[in-house]
Amino acid sequence: MTVASPNDFQDSLQPQGWLRYFSFSLDHKVIGLQYLVTGFLFYFIGGAMAGVIRAELASPISDFVSRETYNEVLTLHGTVMIFLWIVPVVNGGFGNYLIPFYVGARDMAFPRLNAVAFWMIPPAGILLIGSYFITGAAQSGWTAYPPLSLTTPALGQVVWIVSVLLLGGSSIFGGINFIATVLKLRRPGLKLMQLPMYCWAMLGTSILVVLSTPVLAGTLLLLSFDIVAHTGFFNPALGGNVVVYQHLFWFYSHPAVYIMVLPAFGLVSEILPIHARKPLFGYTTMVYSIMAIVVLGLVVWAHHMFTSGTPPWMRLFFTIATSFIAVPTGIKFFNWLATLWGGKLALNSAMLFSCAFIVNFVFGGITGVALAQVPFDIHVHDTYFVVGHFHYIVYGGTVFVIFASIYHWYPKFTGRLLNEDLGRLHFLLTFVGFNLCFAPQHWLGLNGMPRRVAEYDPSFTTLNQISSVGALLMAISSLPFLYNVLVSAFRGQVAGDNPWNALTPEWLTSSPPPVENWIGEAPLVEHPYGYGVDEETLSLEAATGKDLWSGAGRR
Amino acid sequence: MPIPSSLVTLLVGMALVLSGLWVGYNVNLLPLDASANAPVYDSLFRVLFSIGTILFLGIVGLVVFSLVRFRRRAGDHTDGQAIEGNLLLEIVWTAIPAIVVLFVGIYSYDIYERMGGMSSLNDHSAMHRMPSMETMEASVTSPEGGQEPAARVWGGIGTGGAETNVLPVEVTAMQFAFIFHYPEGDITSGELHVPNGRPVELRMKANDVIHAFWVPQFRLKQDVIPGQPTVLTFTPTKAGSYPIICAELCGPYHGGMRSTVVVHEPDAYDAWLKKNSPVTATVASAPSNPTA
Repeated sequence: MTVASPNDFQDSLQPQGWLRYFSFSLDHKVIGLQYLVTGFLFYFIGGAMAGVIRAELASPISDFVSRETYNEVLTLHGTVMIFLWIVPVVNGGFGNYLIPFYVGARDMAFPRLNAVAFWMIPPAGILLIGSYFITGAAQSGWTAYPPLSLTTPALGQVVWIVSVLLLGGSSIFGGINFIATVLKLRRPGLKLMQLPMYCWAMLGTSILVVLSTPVLAGTLLLLSFDIVAHTGFFNPALGGNVVVYQHLFWFYSHPAVYIMVLPAFGLVSEILPIHARKPLFGYTTMVYSIMAIVVLGLVVWAHHMFTSGTPPWMRLFFTIATSFIAVPTGIKFFNWLATLWGGKLALNSAMLFSCAFIVNFVFGGITGVALAQVPFDIHVHDTYFVVGHFHYIVYGGTVFVIFASIYHWYPKFTGRLLNEDLGRLHFLLTFVGFNLCFAPQHWLGLNGMPRRVAEYDPSFTTLNQISSVGALLMAISSLPFLYNVLVSAFRGQVAGDNPWNALTPEWLTSSPPPVENWIGEAPLVEHPYGYGVDEETLSLEAATGKDLWSGAGRR
Repeated sequence: MPIPSSLVTLLVGMALVLSGLWVGYNVNLLPLDASANAPVYDSLFRVLFSIGTILFLGIVGLVVFSLVRFRRRAGDHTDGQAIEGNLLLEIVWTAIPAIVVLFVGIYSYDIYERMGGMSSLNDHSAMHRMPSMETMEASVTSPEGGQEPAARVWGGIGTGGAETNVLPVEVTAMQFAFIFHYPEGDITSGELHVPNGRPVELRMKANDVIHAFWVPQFRLKQDVIPGQPTVLTFTPTKAGSYPIICAELCGPYHGGMRSTVVVHEPDAYDAWLKKNSPVTATVASAPSNPTA
């Protein structure tokens, strides 16, 4: 078997220099940055849509955009943020950049498939956003529940389906590639249980992608038949069943939440030990809890359907299964806290965003366990409580980790450091704006504001305006970030190869790395988290929890 | 002499639990409770709110404490302690959350049962109260008997046949309104009027897309699904007017799809019934057509 390598294209038509970022490059680092930058472009588009939503909701009547436009915008906002921002960035972006380093490979297992997977994203995104200007976009929410999706304008809905199918295909290609790379391309001598935690997170995520995304693809194909060919799979007037669509849709879309957060868990597990100067606490249990989340994540989907006429036994099963996913998730959080405890924490932007991730995600996790309880959910399902909850998970969780990762790996990408003062300003604005925007929404949901509305009871005006101010702060927070990222690429402080004094393999080469990652042999990193001193004052075998909490052995 | 760390841990833990309980029982985030089911829901909410507050304050406290206490001092380039794990700690923080979620799950199951959520929706007593549902189904060709698929209730919260004196109301949801029809008295209304203290059974069907019937003050919500009749039972306990809100995206005017449920004292409800029953209404408004 011949393995395609980036060098195949040398001395050919393949462009060199900055042009290769616009080319069908096979270099995993180029593809990773292509994902990352494309993702950020869509993030700002999706953010502008969020701005439209918050502007509309600043007053209780529908006065900013037309009602149809509002539904188009909320549909596009959800679809763009999930399929074009978070999933491609935490999987495709960081996954492509880091995984080959972590397993000690020179590239991904399937470089051409990798490039194909990336290049499916720009056309899909342009199609989706272009549909708003040309045919009118889909209006049925990112869930596209029939019969609403069968009765809203058909063309926009079909374009939406085609776009999501392309993005799902890209995601499956990426997933196959990550599984093959982690399992088959490890450097000789490197054992599975020596891999950095992000590899495990990506392995678990990719298993979820490969198992569940095809179900979404099949479901959307049936939905498109219902729209185009007037079949009746989900059309009750033709004997179809609308609840079956919801089961199939959530069979993908609940695991999709883990596809969005598991890689973030992995990235945080890389960032915290380096800036805390301590080993990652409880490596083995972290691995097992990732796999437990993968298994449990596949059997909790119907908690999105507690008011959909599901039978009582089903409600009971999915309540218990969903509650139990808190256990492996909790293990991970306690392990991160123990990683911080007794460390030498550098209070830089990467650390601040990571710690804010812990705080936000714990809040979202607590409301998530509450939402898993059927009686609780029956009151707040499809309200702003749910909107608040999942933004704490995907924004407060994953997006905060994306920012932490940018501050952490920017010197690896460019060879220059980001400005820390601007970074801390960015953190402060994001953290305050985020909480101001989404915390009040929990109260709104509990007291009677449903989600996806353009108009609401006037008694909710004040809290909605506070929420809109928070959104404005979040928009402002991206200005210091953008300035920092653009200017530091040229004028930032030169970082050197390993500015954080890290042990994971991506730092054991030059910054930015050469085309095939290492000059000469790839290093064998058996202890990616081997930080720390004082082994003689505290024997690991004899250490108890009390020693740890009381700080025995600290100098 | 420094205070032993175990004592500090114990005291902090106690303060945490007490503050969590205080917050759970004294901070009210919920609207008025106006159904028999609402106080039950609120007690579950208080338990979840207390546990959540304890957990959240504890973890945020640990993060903030770590960031302050273990911050890297200027000029310090050493590492922390090389502690890679602790089996006992792992067991503790696996077991405690497992016990907590198990407790919460069982407790919420109990609450759900008390709300009537676990009762069978298609038992015989429920069937006998469903005859008019069949006539609403356009495609029904079945003989009487009530056990044909067309009469099947697909989901919701029923009475399980335990309640007597139930007031049945047929609810039809459409873009963008709820229509309420009272088989007792043959009244059709855009608002839901119910007597205080009497169980009400809503038999719900949708004409076009999925809608959801939600009354925040009753803490109840049920999707109204085309092709799949659902049911929702509640007993109002406080007279007043409360909003009925559509909670499932149903089209451009989704946000405007609202109505009102008016809970009358029983006398006032009888008066409303009498005033609106079609016989008197016809006499009052169209005396020339008494046969209608």
